[in-house]
Amino acid sequence: MIKLRMKRGIHPKERKISSSKEIQEFPLPKRVIIPFSQHTGKPAIPIVKKRQEVKTGEKIGEASGFISSPVHSSVTGKVKALETVLLPNGSSSLAALIDVTGEDVLAEPTWPVKDISSLTPGEVRKITREAGIVGLGGAVFPTSVKISPPEEYPIDSIIVNGSECEPFLTSDHRLMVEHAEEIFKAAQLLKEVIKASHGYIAIEDNKPDAIEAFEKLVSGLEAWDVVSLRTHYPQGAEKSLIKVILNREVPMGGLPFHVGALVQNVGTLYAIYEAAVKGVPLTKRVVTVTGDGVPNPSNYMVRVGTNAREVLEAAGAELDNLEKIIFGGPMMGLSVKTPDIPVLKSTSGLLAIKRAYRGKVYPCLYCGRCVVVCPLQITPTRLVKYIQAGMWDQAKKFGLFNCMECGCCSYVCPSNIPLVHWIKYGKYMVRRMETK
Amino acid sequence: MMSLIVSSSPHIHHEDSVPKIMLHVFFSLIPAIVASVYFFGSRALTVMIASIASALITEYLFLLLRKKDTGAIFDGSALITGILLALTLPPSINLSIVAIGAFVAILIGKQVFGGFGGNIFNPALVGRAFLQAAFPTQMATWVANKASHIDALTVATPLGGFKFSHVLTPYKELFLGNVSGSLGETSALLLILGGIYLLVRRYIDWRIPVGVLSSVFVFSGILWLVNSKKYPDPVFMLLAGGLMLGAWFMATDPVTSPVTPIAIWIYSIGIGFFVVLIRIFGGLPEGVMYSILIMNSFVPLLDKYTRTRMLGERK
Repeated sequence: MIKLRMKRGIHPKERKISSSKEIQEFPLPKRVIIPFSQHTGKPAIPIVKKRQEVKTGEKIGEASGFISSPVHSSVTGKVKALETVLLPNGSSSLAALIDVTGEDVLAEPTWPVKDISSLTPGEVRKITREAGIVGLGGAVFPTSVKISPPEEYPIDSIIVNGSECEPFLTSDHRLMVEHAEEIFKAAQLLKEVIKASHGYIAIEDNKPDAIEAFEKLVSGLEAWDVVSLRTHYPQGAEKSLIKVILNREVPMGGLPFHVGALVQNVGTLYAIYEAAVKGVPLTKRVVTVTGDGVPNPSNYMVRVGTNAREVLEAAGAELDNLEKIIFGGPMMGLSVKTPDIPVLKSTSGLLAIKRAYRGKVYPCLYCGRCVVVCPLQITPTRLVKYIQAGMWDQAKKFGLFNCMECGCCSYVCPSNIPLVHWIKYGKYMVRRMETK
Repeated sequence: MMSLIVSSSPHIHHEDSVPKIMLHVFFSLIPAIVASVYFFGSRALTVMIASIASALITEYLFLLLRKKDTGAIFDGSALITGILLALTLPPSINLSIVAIGAFVAILIGKQVFGGFGGNIFNPALVGRAFLQAAFPTQMATWVANKASHIDALTVATPLGGFKFSHVLTPYKELFLGNVSGSLGETSALLLILGGIYLLVRRYIDWRIPVGVLSSVFVFSGILWLVNSKKYPDPVFMLLAGGLMLGAWFMATDPVTSPVTPIAIWIYSIGIGFFVVLIRIFGGLPEGVMYSILIMNSFVPLLDKYTRTRMLGERK
């Protein structure tokens, strides 16, 4: 076992209150709402009509470009309507509303299901594409694209990302404890696909049971190592992980393949296993329901499209007493104005917060803490000053688009300046100007 | 249903805030405050109260005048400015002069720049620099330390004694504070204790005291090696005068110090350089105040030209 720790970043209270709760199958909802835009890239194009009957796992939206992904029905039922719905990030997307008509009837997979050791790299890419698999760590980037790097960039290392550095979240943790074997099989499969010579399984040391599970699996294997990471945030971010484990820096504006690395979240790997071995596309995921507003913190296997309200209520959340509902973790998650938003492929957690943090905002005192913690070594205080002044060229020069919005700067700012808020605003403004 | 709050991530926050930091800076100054009362009696306390009162009243009036939230007087920064200014003043100083100093510190040092966070120069030192120019005699009249049992109306400070009479005060006296000087420049030991408290709580950047003190030691050490009869030894230079107060509490003011590591080194070493230059070759016995003010003026420029290399940026 290798022990490592990232530099910079922060260590907020971990609050993994649901870490010992086994994953429960969430009951079949009466209706699901499946947006056609749940991934990075172009939205899928609907291929179902109103009143059409669909089976569980049936493709209802087709990928509309290279960087895109199909979407599937997570239930067996009838398409009630195709309409625009609200997404957690405040934007909207066309979605299929499907009323459940009965028990699951599984659709035939659109790819060959056979012994995974006999799969060719091309077949694996096809499976990840057809099964609608996207990065479940948060970026929801289509996996088929990620595992098809340009030939001039050979990949030597695959990193299985089980760090789960966000406070509160335990969905990856539970998956690793309960499904280590499946995750590892998918990781071995991908390692062959990209012809990496070495594999690392990165887990933070607040999950000793997960580390133990993988230690058993890799024992005796030369090509694999378990990396125990001292718990720190945002260690699980792709660029941080590559820096910590391989000591390589992904070039600005570049991707991990530029430095010969592939990082795969454990949830994504589990989805690949389900698709390759069982022929089931990505239609469910583990969602941690937690926060001080949740009496019974839980980990549920939830069908994509289930209304978040139902999931929160199942864990005992009293929605009337909440100040904040967050899709994702407390550091990077999205707060929403209503619980009536469907669980998406990207929804790793639902946080119900009784008392939201309110900090009085003071002027910047140039204490430099944001500079100290920024994992990408940006100077957040200065970047934000440029954004506030509308000096976009300077803002770009000072790393506007380099920022991954991990939130460390805002977290430590003693003046409570919403730095991430300003950076998001800056990105939005520059993109808008550049597309005009 | 209650309306939910929608705001940008992150949704949790570290426990530190501006008032909390200021409170701990105040805690860190308690040893120095107690020492000043011990060495100079209740007079020291009166000077401090006058300075704090004037600073807070000035802050309040100008927030009112600028139509800003007057609640900002409770952020603690005016309180700290008042204490720091008092610590740089001679114990025998006339109280109205103290009040004028605090008024100038807050008005010229801070409010004219737009208040907290906007100032270029350390407000307390702006106030002191003004008094030095306006009341040179009052600012250079030093009473004896109570613990020294010297029965004289006025005495020389250790630095003044060296500069004008070539008398070296023993290290032990300098270290414990049994010397004359301004309220807060007596005991190096207690100032270091307060400074270490701030370091441990990470409220100040370690590079600043380290850079200032080590550069004073090195620059004055070089001179001392060249001619040990003419120049004071580096340990004396470290312990005497306002260097400890300046290095731990003035140069470290976040608002007026840089944020990038390289800029911080240039800034702190620059302060040390000017301290030695002024003390040894200048007309004044002490130069900490001007050294910090000079380097304060470089901070925006230093920060601008020392942007850190971002992760993945070409070297």
